[in-house]
Amino acid sequence: MIRILTFMLLLPATLPHAQASDPGSRIWATGGVTTIEGSAGGGLVPWALLSGYASDEEWGGTLSLSQAKVDDYSLTVQAASLNWNNRVELSVARQTLDLDSLVFVLKDGFGIEQDELRQDVFGLKVRLFGDVLYTPWGQWSAGVQYKRQRDFTVPDTIGARDDSGTDLYLSGSKVFFASLFDRNLLVSGTVRATRANQGGLLGFGGDKNNGYEFMAEAAAGILLNRQWLVGAEYRQKPDNLNFAEENDWWDLFVAWVPDRRLSLTAAWVNLGDIATLTDQQGLYLSLEGSF
Amino acid sequence: MTGMIRPNTLALCLILFMTGWMTGCQTPASHQNDGFYDQLGQRSGIADIVEDLLFLIVDDARINQSFKGVDVQQFHRHLTDQLCELSGGPCEYTGRSMRELHADMAITDTQFNALTENLILAMEKNKVPVGAQNRLLEKLVPLYPDIRNL
Repeated sequence: MIRILTFMLLLPATLPHAQASDPGSRIWATGGVTTIEGSAGGGLVPWALLSGYASDEEWGGTLSLSQAKVDDYSLTVQAASLNWNNRVELSVARQTLDLDSLVFVLKDGFGIEQDELRQDVFGLKVRLFGDVLYTPWGQWSAGVQYKRQRDFTVPDTIGARDDSGTDLYLSGSKVFFASLFDRNLLVSGTVRATRANQGGLLGFGGDKNNGYEFMAEAAAGILLNRQWLVGAEYRQKPDNLNFAEENDWWDLFVAWVPDRRLSLTAAWVNLGDIATLTDQQGLYLSLEGSF
Repeated sequence: MTGMIRPNTLALCLILFMTGWMTGCQTPASHQNDGFYDQLGQRSGIADIVEDLLFLIVDDARINQSFKGVDVQQFHRHLTDQLCELSGGPCEYTGRSMRELHADMAITDTQFNALTENLILAMEKNKVPVGAQNRLLEKLVPLYPDIRNL
């Protein structure tokens, strides 16, 4: 066998290899999945990972479709991203929040007829240094999310100040090999400066607080093997509006990454109280393709 | 930005936690080598893994050029000894240091990832349990700066 190998290594590698069409060279599942804001991460929280699988001499990207159905709302997100050399991630996401039962609150209380809120999120994330798998201090990235409301009537009425806003964040992520039960453990933390109400869907700034505040976000997940990641996320939120209290978000997730081209994520999300409707919980599903 | 930035205790705690990694918050206490070397199939199992790895390398356009001209038998013996030693087996790696070997190769992240991928595939092909795969990778990750010449 070894002799055959010697012979093969002497041959020039002229044939284009099947891997040329692969989405990239980074190890399976290290692209994370697509968050509701379009940046790579989990479901609710951006991680320091850049989208897709491009390594330092490659480019790639993702397309995704996500939906969260909680008690009184449903959120649909279409997102796309590009990753250049595992250095820069550009993303765009369009969010549509169906107001379902809030429609009646708005009509009776404010005389507003509106059944959905839409927002676009444009994201830029730069990997500052480190590699999530290989460097002892993990991978660190900084990001910007510029968010633009497309239906500002409702946020305006309930006390939001602006119809657009910019979040800035710093993320650190690291995989600890052979951790719990010899499984690889992903830990991620993010600090975000934001004025967004409910991520921006209820506008930016408000009558209770109008300034930027730092919010803590975190995620941890166990890679059962290279195809399954199970974990939890937490996202602290500001509380800028007198109209209704805003709560922190959390979720429990399972992500299935059969190969680099595809990921499917299911989560149980708890979004707390949203615009007077209490304890919004439900199922989140996200399908992502990488190229 | 409008308004003041208000510090927030939780956010500060998280920053401290995150920077805690910098100061050597490494993987929890190093493992004893209980069963790990055996799970790789001991030296002969590791030799099979390395052989499959070599076949994958030959077929991989991202890295096969870097292996041209390599003495395959010696490479196979050295890498087998190295993995055997790292996994707690009774072997001794007698080759040159990783940094010395890779000093002039300008290995990229893409190539490093390609080799990691092929090693994982070779271990899968040899039915190495996930836990033992992770234990071996844990031992290899510290070689990253030497191989990348960082």
